[in-house]
Amino acid sequence: MQFMLLFSRQGKLRLQKWYVPLSDKEKKKITRELVQTVLARKPKMCSFLEWRDLKIVYKRYASLYFCCAIEDQDNELITLEIIHRYVELLDKYFGSVCELDIIFNFEKAYFILDEFLLGGEVQETSKKNVLKAIEQADLLQEVCVLATCTGGGRFSPSSTRGGSALCNLWSGACIAQRGISGAAPSPHPQFLLATSEGALELLCSSIAVAHPQNCSFV
Amino acid sequence: MALKMVKGSIDRMFDKNLQDLVRGIRNHKEDEAKYISQCIDEIKQELKQDNIAVKANAVCKLTYLQMLGYDISWAAFNIIEVMSASKFTFKRIGYLAASQCFHEGTDVIMLTTNQIRKDLSSPNQYDTGVALTGLSCFVTPDLARDLANDIMTLMSHTKPYIRKKAVLIMYKVFLKYPESLRPAFPRLKEKLEDPDPGVQSAAVNVICELARRNPKNYLSLAPLFFKLMTSSTNNWVLIKIIKLFGALTPLEPRLGKKLIEPLTNLIHSTSAMSLLYECVNTVIPILKSPVLARNNTVFLYVEKLYFVFFPPTVKYLGLLAMSKILKTHPKSVQSHKDLILQCLDDKDESIRLRALDLLYGMVSKKNLMEIVKKLMIHVDKAEGTTYRDELLTKIIDICSQSNYQYITNFEWYISILVELTRLEGTRHGHLIAAQMLDVAIRVKAIRKFAVSQMAMLLDNAHLIASNTQRNGICEVLYAAAWICGEFSDHLEESNQTLEAMLRPKVTTLPGHIQAVYVQNMVKLYASILQQKEQAGEKEAAQEITQLMIDRLPQFVQSADLEVQERASCILQLIKYIQKLQIKEVPVAEEVIALFAGELNPVAPKAQKKVPVPEGLDLDAWINEPPSDSESEDEKPRTIFHDEEQRHSRHRQPEIDEEELARRREVRKQEQANNPFYIKSSPSPQKQYQDTPGVEHIPVVQIDLSVPLKVPGMPMSDQYVKLEEERRHKQKLEKDKKKKKQKKEKKGKHRRHNSLHTESDEDIAPAQHVDIITEEMPENALPSDEDDKDPNDPYKALDIDLDKPLADSEKLPVQRHRNAENLKSPDTEAPLVGKKSKKPKKKEKKHKEKEREKEKKKEREKKVTEEGKKVVCVLSATYDIQGNLQNDSQVTVSVIFENKSTSFLKSMELNVLDSLNAKMLRPEGSSVHDGIPVPFQLPPGISNEAQFVFTLQSIVMAQKLKGTLSFIVKNDNGSTHEKLDFKLHFSCASYLITTPCYSDAFAKLLESGDLHMSSIKVDGISISFQHLLAKICFYHHFSVVERVDSCASMYSRSIQGHHVCLLVKKGENSVSVDGKCNDSTLLSNLLDEMKETLSKC
Repeated sequence: MQFMLLFSRQGKLRLQKWYVPLSDKEKKKITRELVQTVLARKPKMCSFLEWRDLKIVYKRYASLYFCCAIEDQDNELITLEIIHRYVELLDKYFGSVCELDIIFNFEKAYFILDEFLLGGEVQETSKKNVLKAIEQADLLQEVCVLATCTGGGRFSPSSTRGGSALCNLWSGACIAQRGISGAAPSPHPQFLLATSEGALELLCSSIAVAHPQNCSFV
Repeated sequence: MALKMVKGSIDRMFDKNLQDLVRGIRNHKEDEAKYISQCIDEIKQELKQDNIAVKANAVCKLTYLQMLGYDISWAAFNIIEVMSASKFTFKRIGYLAASQCFHEGTDVIMLTTNQIRKDLSSPNQYDTGVALTGLSCFVTPDLARDLANDIMTLMSHTKPYIRKKAVLIMYKVFLKYPESLRPAFPRLKEKLEDPDPGVQSAAVNVICELARRNPKNYLSLAPLFFKLMTSSTNNWVLIKIIKLFGALTPLEPRLGKKLIEPLTNLIHSTSAMSLLYECVNTVIPILKSPVLARNNTVFLYVEKLYFVFFPPTVKYLGLLAMSKILKTHPKSVQSHKDLILQCLDDKDESIRLRALDLLYGMVSKKNLMEIVKKLMIHVDKAEGTTYRDELLTKIIDICSQSNYQYITNFEWYISILVELTRLEGTRHGHLIAAQMLDVAIRVKAIRKFAVSQMAMLLDNAHLIASNTQRNGICEVLYAAAWICGEFSDHLEESNQTLEAMLRPKVTTLPGHIQAVYVQNMVKLYASILQQKEQAGEKEAAQEITQLMIDRLPQFVQSADLEVQERASCILQLIKYIQKLQIKEVPVAEEVIALFAGELNPVAPKAQKKVPVPEGLDLDAWINEPPSDSESEDEKPRTIFHDEEQRHSRHRQPEIDEEELARRREVRKQEQANNPFYIKSSPSPQKQYQDTPGVEHIPVVQIDLSVPLKVPGMPMSDQYVKLEEERRHKQKLEKDKKKKKQKKEKKGKHRRHNSLHTESDEDIAPAQHVDIITEEMPENALPSDEDDKDPNDPYKALDIDLDKPLADSEKLPVQRHRNAENLKSPDTEAPLVGKKSKKPKKKEKKHKEKEREKEKKKEREKKVTEEGKKVVCVLSATYDIQGNLQNDSQVTVSVIFENKSTSFLKSMELNVLDSLNAKMLRPEGSSVHDGIPVPFQLPPGISNEAQFVFTLQSIVMAQKLKGTLSFIVKNDNGSTHEKLDFKLHFSCASYLITTPCYSDAFAKLLESGDLHMSSIKVDGISISFQHLLAKICFYHHFSVVERVDSCASMYSRSIQGHHVCLLVKKGENSVSVDGKCNDSTLLSNLLDEMKETLSKC
C-alpha cells in the first residue's frame, strides 16, 4: 500500500499516512486531487478507480471516506478488508467511533494504524493482538503521565476516550488527569493506583474543590 | 526556586493542548488561517522552553497542523528532541511527528541515526516498536545502511511483537539498501517458520513482495510456501502466498500443475471474496499451459466470476478478471461481448475504461467493424473530454493492433480516421495524424483513396483549424498536407488542393504544420507542372507558377524560422523556374527530380539495432579535443554555437551534457544583458496580425454546436453495410467454389505476421493490400532487451539468494559495542581465524580532558585562517570498549563535534596500523585506505561513529597514530583539512566489567595460578567510597566485597584473563594488591591505576 487517507464529506483531511517518502508539496497535490475525485463519485459507483499508475480503493463509513492507494498487482478486495478492519479497530478502541473521536484523538488513530499496518503491509492480522498492544502502550503512557503529574509537571495531552479499552482503574486515572489538566499535582498517585472507583470519587471531589474551573468531568 | 517552579506551572496551565487547539480551530471557522498563525506563534514559544512535556505538546499540535496542510518542516529539530525524550509518552509523539513529516529531503534526518539505534536496543519493547514504526515511514538509504544490522538482530528478538515489526521493516531497508538483502535473507527465511503467526505472516509478506518483483530468485522457496499454503488457515497470509505463486508459476510450469488442485479446492470452499479473487487471478495464467487448457474449469471460473462480481460496486473487478482470462481464453470471454458493450454505458468511468480494455482484446476480423461502430456512437455521446480522448485512443489502438491484423477494409479505416477529426477539443490530433501517415505509407493500395480524403480535409481545413484548441486536431492537417504532397500523382484535382494549401488562413496554423505545408506545396506544384507540360498547356503552367509567387510571400514573413527559411528558399526556386518558363524551357522534369524516389518506413528501433562495427570506439576523440580557451573564444557567435556543440556531443556525450547546460546558462546571461537581443518571440499568430501589409482576409467564423458533416466526406457507416454485402457475396462464391474444387485455397497473402482464427480466414480483404513492414537494417541484432526500464527501483533487488554469502557482503554496519553478534548466522566472520591479544585505544589529544564517564581525550583542531585567527573547527572525543563477542576486537566510538560555522564533509579516518593493532577495514581496501565517516556535520552538530580494531596481544597498552581528513565547506568555498591524533589503547580498556560472587572469587584466589603484584599510592584525600567508584569507572572493575576500608574487586579481560584486586586504604595512602593470569598485563594495569589514583 502506498498511502492511506481519511477525509470527511466536506473534503477535510482527517488522517494521512504515507508509506512512500514524498515531499509535502507532492503529498498535498495528491491529496487534493484524490479528495476531489473521490468526492465527485456517486454512492452507487464502484469502490475502485485507476489513478495515475495506482489503484485507489475507497469506502465511505458514515461521514468519513477511507481511501487507500495500492499498486497494480495488489488485491483490491483485501484492501477493502484492511479498511474495514481498521474501522473495526477504531470502533473497538473508542467504542462506536465517530468522526469527532478521530479529530480529537488523531494521534491515537495513528497509533492504532501503526500497530495494524507497518510500511504499508499488514502487520498483525489479529484484532485482539492489535488492541492489546495499544492498551499496553497506553498503560505505559499513563504511568509516565502519573509520574509527571506527581512531579508537579504538566502532562501531555492524552486520550480519555481510550478509557473504554482500559480497565476501570485506568480510566479513573484518565479522568482524574483530565480534571487536573494543569499544574495541580495529584495528591496520592499510589493511592490512586491501588484503589478503584470509591477512591476515585474522593479524588475527583477534592480536585473539584481545588480547581472548580476544570471540573468538566462530573 | 520553588516560586519559579510554581510560576512555570501556572504559565503552562494556559498552554493549549491538542484538544484545545482542535476546538479552537473549529470555533474560528471564518478566520481559521489567522487563528492558526497565532497558534503557531504560541507553539514556537513553547518549543523554546526546556520542559520536554511542553515541547511534546507543541509537537503534537504541530502534527495536527501539518495534516491541515501547514508547513512544519522548520520544527524538524524539535521533533528530534522530542523523539529522544526518555519517557515513552513523549517519544511516541516525537516519532509520530517524524513519520508524518520527514522525508528523504529532510536534512536533519541523519541526526536521528544514533537515537534510533538507541531506541531499537531499548529494553522496553514499546520503545523499540515505536522506533521501528517511525523508521518505516522515513527510512533513507543512509539510515538503512547504518541500521540494517541492528534491525536484523531484532528479527531474532525474544518478543514476537518486535520480531514481526523488524521483519516487515526489513523490506523497506532492502529497497533502500539492496546490499543488505543477501546477508539478511537466511534469517528472513527462518522467520517463515516462526512459532508466532504474526511473525510468520510478516515474513510471508516481505518475501512475497520481494518475489513479485524478481521471482526467479525465489523459486527454491516454492516447496516451503506450498507447505504453508496447505497448512495455513489465515486468509491474509493465504492471499499473499497465492500471489507469490502467481509470480512463480510463469517460471516453473510444473508448479502450476501442482497448484491447480489446492487452488480449485480453495475456490470452491472459501467464503472470502478477496481470497477467491486472488485464487482466480492466479489460476487463470496457470490454465494457459496446453495440458490444462482443455480443462473446462476455466469456463466455470468465468461463470463464477460473473455471478460473484455482478454487484455494481465490484463489477469492476469482474471486468478486470475477465481481461486476464481474455489473454489465455479469448473465446470464453467473447461470448460476453454484449454485456461488456453494455458496461460502456455505465456511469462509472473506471468501469467504462475497463470495458474498453476488454474490447481491445476481443476484436476479430469479424466483429471489428461492429465494435468500432458502437464505439463511434459512444464517442459522439461522450461528455467530458478525458473519456472521449480515451475512447479515441482505444479505437485507434483496437484498429492498429498487431500490425492492422483485424482490418479487412482500409478504406473503412481511413474514413473512420477522417470522422474522428471532427471531434472537438481532443488532445490526440497527432495520434490520428500518425495513423493516417502510417496507413498511407504502408498500404500502397489505399493511397489513392487516402489522398482523395486528405485533399478533402485540406479543402475543409477551416473547419478543423477554427477549433479553439490549437494544438489539438489541427495536427491532422500535418498528415493531410504531407500525404497530398508526397502522393500527388494520385490527386485528381491538384489545382484545387494547391489553392487550398495556399490560403492565407494557413498562416494561423502552428509553425511545424506550416513548414510541412510549404514543403509539400512544392511537391504538388512539381507534379502539376509536369502534367501541364505534358499536356502542352504552357499557359496553365505559367499561371500556376504565378500563383505560387503571389502567395508564397505570406510564408516568407512567418515568425517561425523553419517556415520562413523553407518559404524563401522555395520562392527563389520558383522565381527561377518562372524565368525559365518565360524562355519556354521545359522545366518539369528537373523540378520533379527534386522529389524523386520513394520514402520507406523505418522501424523506430532500427538505429538501435545496428551493431557497432568492430574497431569503432564511439567514445574516442576523432580530433584532438579543443582546448577550453578556444571554446571561450567562440562564445559570441551564438547562432552557430549550438550547432557546434551538437557535433561535439556525439563524440563525448557525458561531458558535454553538463558543459552544454553551463554554456547555455552563460549564454542566457549574455543575452539578457544584450539590449539588441530580442527575447523569446510572441506567438506567431499575434505577430502575424501585427505585421502590416499582409494580405489578411478576415474570416467569419461560424460557431456551430453540432459538428459539421464535411460535404463529400464518406461515412464509415456505409462501409459497414458495403462490407457486409461483400462478405455475403464472397461467402456465396466461396461455397460454390468449395463445391467445385475443395482444395483451392484462398486467403491471406497480404499480411506478414498475422494470426488468424479459423473464422477470420473466411474473410478475404476488400482490396488486395500490401502492408509494408517497417524497414530494419540488414544486420540488425535480434534483441528484445530494449523494453526494460533501467529506472525500476526493484531491479536493484534482483539478487541471487542461493549463492553462498561472501565475506565482502557482510553488512557494513558501524559496529557498536556488541554489534558483532548481530551478524547473520550464515555470515562467515572474516576474523575468526585470527586470534589476537591486544585491544587498543585511540587518542586524539591536544588538550586532554578527563571526563566523568570514561577516559576520553579531546582534541581540538585549530586551523589558522587568513586573518591569523585561530578557529576551532572540529573536536573529537573517543571511547574504547572491549568487545565481549570477539576476543581480539575493540570498538572505538568517536564523537565528532563541529565547532565551526562551516559545513564539514567527506570525513575520513585513517590509522597507521602497527603489528599488533590493526583497524578493521572493509574487505578489499588496502591498509593505507582510510575509513569514511558515514555522515556529514552541519555547524554545531555532533555525531558518533565507530571503528573496530583487531588486536594480537592485549597485555600492553598501545598508541596508534592516525589522521582525520575532512573538507570544510563554507561560503568562500571549501578547503581540505587534516587532523592528526593519537589513539591510546590503555590496558584498562581491554577489561570488561564482570560481576563476580565472593565464593567464586575466593576459589579463584585459591587456585594459585595467578601472578601477583602490588602498588602503593600516597597522598590520597578522597573518601574510600569515591575511590572505589573511580576504579570501577575508569578501570572497569566491579566490587566483590567491601569491609570497612578494605575491598576486593574483580574484572576480566576480553581474552579471559582474570584480574583480582585487594584495595586497602590507610590514613593518607592506598595500597592495591593485584592478582592476574598474566603478569605483564597486571603490572601495566597497576601502573595505569597508579596514575589515576595519584591524581586524586
